Amino acid sequence: MESTKTSIIPGGLSLREVFLRWEWLLVGLIVGVSIVNGRLSPHFWDYAGLMDAMAVFLEKGFIVLPVAMILISGEIDISVSSIVALSSVLMALSFQAGLPMVLAICVAVAVGTACGAFNGFLITRIPGLSSVIVTLAANSLFRGIAYIVLGDRAVGGFPRWYSYLSWGYLGSSSIPFIILAFGIVAVFFGLVLHKTTFGRKVYAIGNNQVAARFSGIPVSRIKLILFTLAGVMSGLAAVFLTSKLGSSRPNVALGYELEVIAIAVLGGVSPAGGKGGIPGAILALILMRLLRYGLGLINVPGQVMLVVIGIILVLVVMLPNLIGSVRISRKRFG
Amino acid sequence: MLQKILIVILSCFLLIGMFSMSAYADEYVIALVVKNVGNPFFDAVARGGQDACDDLGHTLIFQGPPTPTVEGQIEIIENLIAQRVDAICVSANDYDALVPVMQRAMDAGILAISFDSGIHPDGRLLHINQADFELIGRLQVQAIAEMIDFEGEIAVLSAGATMTNQNIWIEWMQEELKEPEYENMELVTIVYGDDLRDKSYNEAMGLFKSYPDLRGIISPTTVGIGATGKAITDAGLIGQVQLTGLGLPSEMAEWIQNGACQAMFLWNPVDLGYLTTYVAGLLLDGEISGAVGEEFAAGRMGEKVVTEAEDGGIEVLLGPPFRFDASNIDEWKDVY
Repeated sequence: MESTKTSIIPGGLSLREVFLRWEWLLVGLIVGVSIVNGRLSPHFWDYAGLMDAMAVFLEKGFIVLPVAMILISGEIDISVSSIVALSSVLMALSFQAGLPMVLAICVAVAVGTACGAFNGFLITRIPGLSSVIVTLAANSLFRGIAYIVLGDRAVGGFPRWYSYLSWGYLGSSSIPFIILAFGIVAVFFGLVLHKTTFGRKVYAIGNNQVAARFSGIPVSRIKLILFTLAGVMSGLAAVFLTSKLGSSRPNVALGYELEVIAIAVLGGVSPAGGKGGIPGAILALILMRLLRYGLGLINVPGQVMLVVIGIILVLVVMLPNLIGSVRISRKRFG
Repeated sequence: MLQKILIVILSCFLLIGMFSMSAYADEYVIALVVKNVGNPFFDAVARGGQDACDDLGHTLIFQGPPTPTVEGQIEIIENLIAQRVDAICVSANDYDALVPVMQRAMDAGILAISFDSGIHPDGRLLHINQADFELIGRLQVQAIAEMIDFEGEIAVLSAGATMTNQNIWIEWMQEELKEPEYENMELVTIVYGDDLRDKSYNEAMGLFKSYPDLRGIISPTTVGIGATGKAITDAGLIGQVQLTGLGLPSEMAEWIQNGACQAMFLWNPVDLGYLTTYVAGLLLDGEISGAVGEEFAAGRMGEKVVTEAEDGGIEVLLGPPFRFDASNIDEWKDVY
């Protein structure tokens, strides 16, 4: 009997086919969820409300993009939420110490970059350290530092224009600025992953790291870049999140790491590596948000919402396996 | 195959959609947003809110994130703005971080009120304060001092390190401890159980180990005091380590009856929810304007007055907290 993996994905071309279909499935789900939401609440089809709803958790979207790439390369990063917290705290402190806000924002991105590079360095330079272990440790480390430097205080009082990043709209339209910012970054990530040799190398590493190394791909350098990218984007997410909150505390962004991975996996990215893409991850982000928004509009209690989203996640992620087993049995008996 | 599955999923969605309806029949919709759901204190608040809505003929929405995070509350408030509710009353997980979203609510013409755990005056019209911060802080020190005869080491087991209420109470506790009658007492440490039962329990156990001479624990949070009551009982330290703080009668009855906690305090959360929702209703009806010094009848809560708050905003005070001990716990444990 053939192994399950080869029967679903026999070659490169149909691999692409499968993913095209996966994204169509997400589109179908988005349409379905929208129809149901529209029926459940008269407020759902309000354009401005929908835009605001998309904007409200888009800072997570910034992190989904690099984390999807890391998962595709066969690694994982569970330290992103702590990088967000540390970047946010150090940005606020440097602003408080008298740095202009623009430079403080640069501090946040720089801190994120440094944290990401730290992860990448440990994972690639020290043999035998897996990314799970390194980023798990880094998760405690970064948040711990954030707690040490800020304690139980909150730092705020940022200039007025800074809140524009998360709360402002483009001109007089009802398109939030953060959607434009996310769009630009998402297109960049999509192009890098799907249109450059760098992107192809990421897939090659995820599919077979040993083969990739033997065919001359600088595996370590690419992984270092990926983890650094995750740091950069976490720093950027910290800038937007802090703008949304108007103040910084060490306990911001708790639990983001798992939500981000869940969204990427829902988007068709395989935690085993080699599968998935940016369009799927973005569709999954939209789907997840519409689900939560719809459930929120009809005031489903928080615990029930968790259960509903959990069930949907499990069902959707199980789908390819179900289809796979159906195909195998057809091949055998048909 | 995939198309078939897709069709099945889509038709399921359509079916769900057809069977459900939603309509608000009442005049005003008042939303209570709490720190987290599944918390008995806030369930009691919700009951009071429902009573007030029944009295005034409005509709209540009760919401909160599953874990006490400010990000979760922002998402909920955004959803409430999109639903165009008429009033949002929030018990905040962060004093500052809800200000932008509450300002957006106010821009949309929604009445913004905070209760229990307040937000900055910029993000609210009014705060419903359960009791004077100073009084609550000082009262707990006075209670523990009586239990340990004004002598020995005490510790505080609080909620999260960033919780507004607890931090202010603790400041007032430290203030009260400066008085001369407490010169033989020492506050040795403040630990945080993050309002999680297991973590609070472990922190309490840790206190017994780190401070063998510990005489008393003040826990100004309902989760913390319950966990500490269990920890004292499990460690066999009843009578040796005293306990007071703010707790729910239904959860504390066991530890008050077995002597682990001689007395504790709490305002009535049902009344807190009632007053918050009632004031929101009066403001929406235009019965009151929310000016400082304004006096009004707050339904079954009797006469209340709008006053200036310590943080520069305005507030309505619920009243002094209630003392629960072995003499009255039986009649209250079934109430909330």
